[in-house]
Amino acid sequence: MTAETVIGAVGKTADAEYRTCQYTGLKVDAAAQALIKANAVAAVVFLLAGGTMGLLVALTRWPAVHLLPAEWFYLALTGHGTNVLLFWIIFFEIAVLYFASAVLLNCRLAAPKFAWLGFALMVVGGVLANITILQGESSVMFTSYPPMQAKPNFYLALILFAVGALIGCTVFFATLVIAKEERTYEGSVPLVTFGALTAAIIAVFTLASGAIILIPTWLWSLGLITNIDTLMYRVIWWAMGHSSQQINVATHVSIWYLIAALVLGAKPLSEKVSRTAFFMYILFLQLASAHHILADPGMTASWKIANTSYMMYLAVLGSMVHGLTVPGAIEAAQRRNGYNKGVFEWLRKAPWGNPAFAGMFLSLVMFGFIGGISGVVLGTEQLNVLMHNTIYVPGHFHGTVVAGTTLAFMAATYLLLPLIFEREIIWPKLAKIQPYLFGLGAAGISLFMMGAGTLGVPRRHWDITFSDALLPFAHSAGAFLMMGLNGIFAIFAALGGAIYVAVVVGTVLFGKKITSGHKLTFPLHSGGGAVASHYGGYGTVKLPGTIILVTIFFVCFVLYYFINWKYLSELWLFR
Amino acid sequence: MAITPPPQRIWWNEPIARFELVWTLIAFVWGLFMFGFMIAWHFIGGQNLNKEAYRITPSNYEAKVEEFAKKNTVREEQGIPVVKPPAGSDVYLLGRLWQWWPILELEKGTSYRIHISSLDWMHGFSLQPVNINIEVHPGYEHVITLTPTEAGEFGIICNEFCGIGHHTMTGKIYVREPKRAGSAAERLVEGETRP
Repeated sequence: MTAETVIGAVGKTADAEYRTCQYTGLKVDAAAQALIKANAVAAVVFLLAGGTMGLLVALTRWPAVHLLPAEWFYLALTGHGTNVLLFWIIFFEIAVLYFASAVLLNCRLAAPKFAWLGFALMVVGGVLANITILQGESSVMFTSYPPMQAKPNFYLALILFAVGALIGCTVFFATLVIAKEERTYEGSVPLVTFGALTAAIIAVFTLASGAIILIPTWLWSLGLITNIDTLMYRVIWWAMGHSSQQINVATHVSIWYLIAALVLGAKPLSEKVSRTAFFMYILFLQLASAHHILADPGMTASWKIANTSYMMYLAVLGSMVHGLTVPGAIEAAQRRNGYNKGVFEWLRKAPWGNPAFAGMFLSLVMFGFIGGISGVVLGTEQLNVLMHNTIYVPGHFHGTVVAGTTLAFMAATYLLLPLIFEREIIWPKLAKIQPYLFGLGAAGISLFMMGAGTLGVPRRHWDITFSDALLPFAHSAGAFLMMGLNGIFAIFAALGGAIYVAVVVGTVLFGKKITSGHKLTFPLHSGGGAVASHYGGYGTVKLPGTIILVTIFFVCFVLYYFINWKYLSELWLFR
Repeated sequence: MAITPPPQRIWWNEPIARFELVWTLIAFVWGLFMFGFMIAWHFIGGQNLNKEAYRITPSNYEAKVEEFAKKNTVREEQGIPVVKPPAGSDVYLLGRLWQWWPILELEKGTSYRIHISSLDWMHGFSLQPVNINIEVHPGYEHVITLTPTEAGEFGIICNEFCGIGHHTMTGKIYVREPKRAGSAAERLVEGETRP
């Protein structure tokens, strides 16, 4: 497909307007800039809605507080998952896609009107979903397993949103084609664009799976189809549900590289290794639907093992490689920046006061240690029985999606505000503490939910005292303690989230307009241009700090893995 | 810089630092090990779910469970039959809005073929505080050969969201010491549950 056919389909818009960024030297297309702004603002609005609901959920699950009545709890939980897991994240991802294509490639965005159509569909879908959920009778959880049925508009809203997101991906692909045709860059696309491309390819698979399962489910809710097989639904729904988390992984890893590049001047240690790691995601991450079917009837062990391990853990290999190359790139860059003393001067003297860097590094560490390790354990065929559907599961994915993805997106926002919104960050002192506060909260809720899950506390559950149950059951005191701690850390996370929203809204509305020659509060790396003109050479740099960090990670991983096998071996026997 | 194209056109031929290669190799081998360990556990471990499952309509399944309960009921508790199946036999348990039915009484160290299915929505069989968690579908009869390894009173809760009464859905399993043992633990359990 040539650029002409792509553009021809939606009307030619060759005469784009550009400005040149004074900090990066990149050409910024006005249409791309407007769309990035719109998507980012929508993302933050849905984060506010979903985050508020999340706080209400956590306060209800805090046994001593038990805030909401049951009906409202299940409603808020449905809204929380839908708003943050889908709307916040995907709106932000579309903004990242437009940035990684049009801006990084110095190119105009393909078919801006078409992109606005996609944006409009996503907004309509997001708003409709919220209205439907708030009307009640659609408290079916984010996963909406049949035969439990929501109102037709619930499914319709998700379908509209997915179509809009698919349009966003199409615009991204078309922009890549245009950039290539119009030779706006030399050679290969940069690594961040490559990572975004990975995310977009996985997104197409994800959204197609979503269409395959949600359209029949919608028809079923309208009474046009009589039966949806529950097992089939779970296999296909999770091909959307889990793969959409892989979009997040590919996107936030790209953001790690992006922030390291802009703030520290870090380039990848090896293009070949980092790109191959992304490529592993495309090849294998889609198999993760099986993670959710490990405790379901009827699947053979070989199907489970092959799929749940992403084909011999080759996608996990990709993440472990990024886990070395991202801190490695940072260490190499910092050593070149002059922080060469000892093993860890590069880390001690990193710009911890810059919320973009702080958020990025916390996201990297917590995604690896909390989300990553627990994900592999949870996705191990037999170990899954220990935690399936317990609150360990939300513990794990708050480690990936909140501590990993959301924190990375927040960090990226601190670059987006000055570079794309062209506003100086308002309240820099608050912005400085925001990633730490939110990171502390996210780490706490992840770990305490995982702890409660290993003690058997169920997920999506209003009352773990079972006070209305005919046959009484009581969880251990430890479980109640964990749920209480989870509530406390949810308050920290909510405070961090509130500061984030306040800083973004304040900056967008009242931030000082950035003019030529303005010095940024949180500066970018000055020698970026010189760094960019070199390639390779890191092979001879010694990176002892990174080696120590990954060794600690590996030891934790192996220990935690075997501790869980020890737990499993003490269970009742079953086959 | 990661945000600009690689300056050397043929980046594919660039050498890779040794520690990058070593780490990749370690991660790869570790992945292979974890992959192999899942397979190995089927041979060396005692906790593996098999694939035995049958399609069944909820009404047929309900009939099976009721017949099973009628044949083996030893007493009632809160109006729910407590069912004591013969050692090694087929045991039927159902999940419905919002209870696990019936109450089971098993013997420690004995294997049972436990059949589980749902009569309505999806449910999550969660045996506590043991922490065995299995997804329960309507229309699928899942058969698990289960051997209790400890005596006592155990709760079954539901950990798949099943509507507004989800948090009231409970069940119970008693596990007795085998008769010949007659341990103190058994007497304790008996004393608690028999008026």
